[in-house]
Amino acid sequence: MDDMDDMIALIEPSIPSLRRYARSLSRDASEADDLVQDCLERAISRWGQRRRDGDTRSWLFSILHNLAISRWRRFQRRGRHMAIDDVTDAALSLPASQSDGMDHADLMRALASLPPDYRAVLLLVGVEQLTYAQTAAVLGVPIGTVMSRLSRARERLAQLIAADSVIPAQRAHLRRIK
Amino acid sequence: MSAPRPISEDDLQAYVDQVLDAGRQAEVADYLRLHPETARRIDGYIAQRDALRAALAPIAEAPIPPDLGVRALAEARRARLTAWRPAVAAAMLLCLGGVGGWSARAVFTPPANGVGALAREAVDNYRVYASDDHRPFEMGAAQKADLVRWVSSRLHSPVEVPDLRSAGYRFIGGRLVTTPHGPAAMFLYDGDGDGGGRLAVMVRPMKVEKNTAMSEQSDRGLDGVSWATDGIGYSLVAPSSPRSLRHLGNEVRRQAEATI
Repeated sequence: MDDMDDMIALIEPSIPSLRRYARSLSRDASEADDLVQDCLERAISRWGQRRRDGDTRSWLFSILHNLAISRWRRFQRRGRHMAIDDVTDAALSLPASQSDGMDHADLMRALASLPPDYRAVLLLVGVEQLTYAQTAAVLGVPIGTVMSRLSRARERLAQLIAADSVIPAQRAHLRRIK
Repeated sequence: MSAPRPISEDDLQAYVDQVLDAGRQAEVADYLRLHPETARRIDGYIAQRDALRAALAPIAEAPIPPDLGVRALAEARRARLTAWRPAVAAAMLLCLGGVGGWSARAVFTPPANGVGALAREAVDNYRVYASDDHRPFEMGAAQKADLVRWVSSRLHSPVEVPDLRSAGYRFIGGRLVTTPHGPAAMFLYDGDGDGGGRLAVMVRPMKVEKNTAMSEQSDRGLDGVSWATDGIGYSLVAPSSPRSLRHLGNEVRRQAEATI
């Protein structure tokens, strides 16, 4: 029983951030939660096999990430296009909750159009605040790769946002003419 | 005084993430003061990081749905393992008993019992009936009440037809199907959205593995999710799609638990 309580105490705090990360790997909220449920079931069944000295949070992120990858591969093998590239505006759109300079919809659209490897690094480092070493472990790549992807991802996202923010102005202009 | 270490792109990224030690952080800040072009770029990255955190925060702040409760998932798993133990013990006794030829075979064949067998039977029945263009079901949606009475009496337990309209699946009819463990009920649904093919929900009593967590299966173009609750096994089967059937499984399970 104590074992179970320990496990719950170590896993539960990560669930909100697992859901948030899963959302960027899925097309909608329910698919994201399916992924998290899979991840939790796997974590529970492998609880005894995890490295005691490793940290639970990045271990959970690795499981989640690998499950997402194997799902995409399964569907790609069947000749379907799905996966992270299909993440649509609708999937990532959320109730607007902020009023600072960057337009929410533009930001989500830009994020969704990033290559998946870039998006993963950007979110794991910038939002989930994993260390570079933890991120490297989750993604199974060297730290150098994390750093170069991070730098390119930030630059690419900045360009996308800059390109996108011009469009609403043009649209407004067209509407006025009409 | 030693010459300062040159500033690298990695330093700039680490500056954004605030993971440099204080000395280096100050060196990068000095560098940025002297290089306004780079400073603008780095300020943009910091704003971008903050905007992403703000935009995605509501997902992490939303209440956790019950399907993601660690305790419930862990307890379901324990129940499943406990239910397996007598079956495993029986299989070992058979081996020891010297019926070598047959029991050895059991190791290499699909599970004969439990949720694994249920999933197999559901897929087999799906292939026979659900894909039948002429007569996929014995009793249509209009005779739902008769169907429920019929299958409940044959399964010796009350069975309800899950209502999956909210998930975009319309009940079209059902029938009794055969399994090595006796009769089972099979309910068929048509998905109305694009990509929503025909869905089958198979239900039968379980002699072993009476309570299990949901597991996913995949077999030559068909996907399934299967589980057992209080001695009743459920298996959902539909043509493979990128979307897991788990959310439909959760809905069926929720309805079944609500009627108990």
